[in-house]
Amino acid sequence: MSTNSNSSSSFQHGSSEQLAGRVMKVISTFDFKSVVFPVIGVIVFCLLWSLAASRIDTSLGQFPGPAQVLSQSQTLLDEHFAEREKEQGFYDRQEVRNAKKLAKNPDAEIKIRKYTGKETFFDQVITSLKTVLFGFLVASLFAIPFGIACGLSDGVYKAMNPLIQIFKPVSPLAWLPLITMVVSATYSSESPWFEKSFLVSAFTVALCCLWPTLINTAVGVANVDKDLLNVSRVIKLPTSVHIRRIILPASIPMIFTGLRLSLATGWMVLIAAEMLSQNPGLGKFVWDEFQNGSSNSLSRIMVAVVVIGLIGFALDRVILLLQKTVSWDKQAVLR
Amino acid sequence: MSIKRKFLEISKVGIEFPTPNGPFCALKDVDFSINEGEFVSIIGHSGCGKSTVLNIIAGLYQATSGGVILDGKEVDEPGPDRAVVFQSHALMPWLTVYENVALGVEQVFKGQKSKSEIKDWVEHNLRLVKMDHAMDKKPSEISGGMKQRVGIARCLAMQPKVMLMDEPFGALDALTRANLQDSVMQIQKELNTTVILITHDVDEAVLMSDKIIMMANGPAAKVGEILDINLDRPRERVALSKSDQFNHYRQQVLSFLYERKGVVDIEDEKRKRTIDEADALETDKIA
Repeated sequence: MSTNSNSSSSFQHGSSEQLAGRVMKVISTFDFKSVVFPVIGVIVFCLLWSLAASRIDTSLGQFPGPAQVLSQSQTLLDEHFAEREKEQGFYDRQEVRNAKKLAKNPDAEIKIRKYTGKETFFDQVITSLKTVLFGFLVASLFAIPFGIACGLSDGVYKAMNPLIQIFKPVSPLAWLPLITMVVSATYSSESPWFEKSFLVSAFTVALCCLWPTLINTAVGVANVDKDLLNVSRVIKLPTSVHIRRIILPASIPMIFTGLRLSLATGWMVLIAAEMLSQNPGLGKFVWDEFQNGSSNSLSRIMVAVVVIGLIGFALDRVILLLQKTVSWDKQAVLR
Repeated sequence: MSIKRKFLEISKVGIEFPTPNGPFCALKDVDFSINEGEFVSIIGHSGCGKSTVLNIIAGLYQATSGGVILDGKEVDEPGPDRAVVFQSHALMPWLTVYENVALGVEQVFKGQKSKSEIKDWVEHNLRLVKMDHAMDKKPSEISGGMKQRVGIARCLAMQPKVMLMDEPFGALDALTRANLQDSVMQIQKELNTTVILITHDVDEAVLMSDKIIMMANGPAAKVGEILDINLDRPRERVALSKSDQFNHYRQQVLSFLYERKGVVDIEDEKRKRTIDEADALETDKIA
């Protein structure tokens, strides 16, 4: 008996010691600095924010602190689901109505209408995301090939450089009215693939996404190691192989630097463009709330601000992840 | 009285680089020729234009005057028949050792070799430089000496008429360098490749060459003297270091480089003053 209990207790003792050891090991390998310090930073910021917010009174009430923002984001979420329920209800009723009609008279004309409820905050987020990605993609499809051409040929570079230098500093918002008019005039079809407002916003984004990618690609291509270029000349690689196997891999880091800068500015410009042109998206949400002027408006705008920031951060991480998978240099430190 | 044509002829080659202060003449009337299967070194002080000569033969630079004829054809552009081994090895860091060699082979033997023949040929050349064990490694995963071996394999695999080596051992430590020199001599003897080696190392030049071309200092550099090295092959460095003949050759090169300074005409003092400036310029061009 006694030996038995002894052995079992010693076994338990051993396992708890093992567990403690394992926990210690996890703790010791855990990189505290990379988790604790950011958390401390955020907490300190929130404290200062709520302190400052409580001292600012506006005509729309007190400036929102973290607590109001948190509760308001819950409200926005609830509103979203409520709206979805309403939509589902609308379609259900429509279906029942149509079924009844058909039962009475199989040849009856049935109407299927689209639900035209208010777009919720999350609908606007999705719209903005789609717009920025589309604009960014269109811009990159032009900017990378042109950048390569500029980097490879001094003549092309000299021809393009004045245009790049002149158009680069122009705020895409200045283009907005022109784009709006051109899209309205040229893009019309019975069942359009894209909304006009979507195209206007996307092209505005594309106009500012063009330059950082183009310039960085050109610089990256122009600075490929001369010895590697000489190897390619000695082997007499045809231009297409030369670009694919020498130029592109060598300038991947610079191309991605350009893409990251492009997407970041594109995202910033999109919000402004949506505010200005009242095209659907997060910018419109912010502007509508501002015009609305209810006591909750500021908190709702603040939610949008935080979400815009988080999405911008996430977009950058996505490009970085893409770079990691595409790049040959897996050891490179990307930041 | 038929004139026997040489395998590689460099005749009256001169080159001028444009600078803000007018054209700078780096080479003038460079004249020499090489037989098939010969191992020739070009030696000179740094900045004397020896790499420029190599680049002209490779077709990477265009000579302003004179010309280069290889096997009866004038050289006017780079090509795989004059493959270059670069000092910086110049391997594509994103390709494996195998892919680096295959890049050239696929292009040069396009339509002549089948896929499996290409594979065999690449592997054969990597075996020749004793790098077949690292075929799937990236250049960043192998040592400097190994990278240079791969560079040599890439060059050999293109079956060049003449192999141009631009200070290929310059960046290596002494032991690795000796090792690689022996490998290159052995391969050259086996394949009877024609080799031009740019170097500033006197021992290396005497040990490896059949002929040493000693360049006078620039600007407007030209060939100072040509020294034939009549030592039996295979050459063994330890034995040679005790040989009087070897030391005699060595002394002759040293005397050219340091006593006669390789300067052919010293009258033009003005020119000398611009040497430093010109040096910087030329290294810029080459880099």
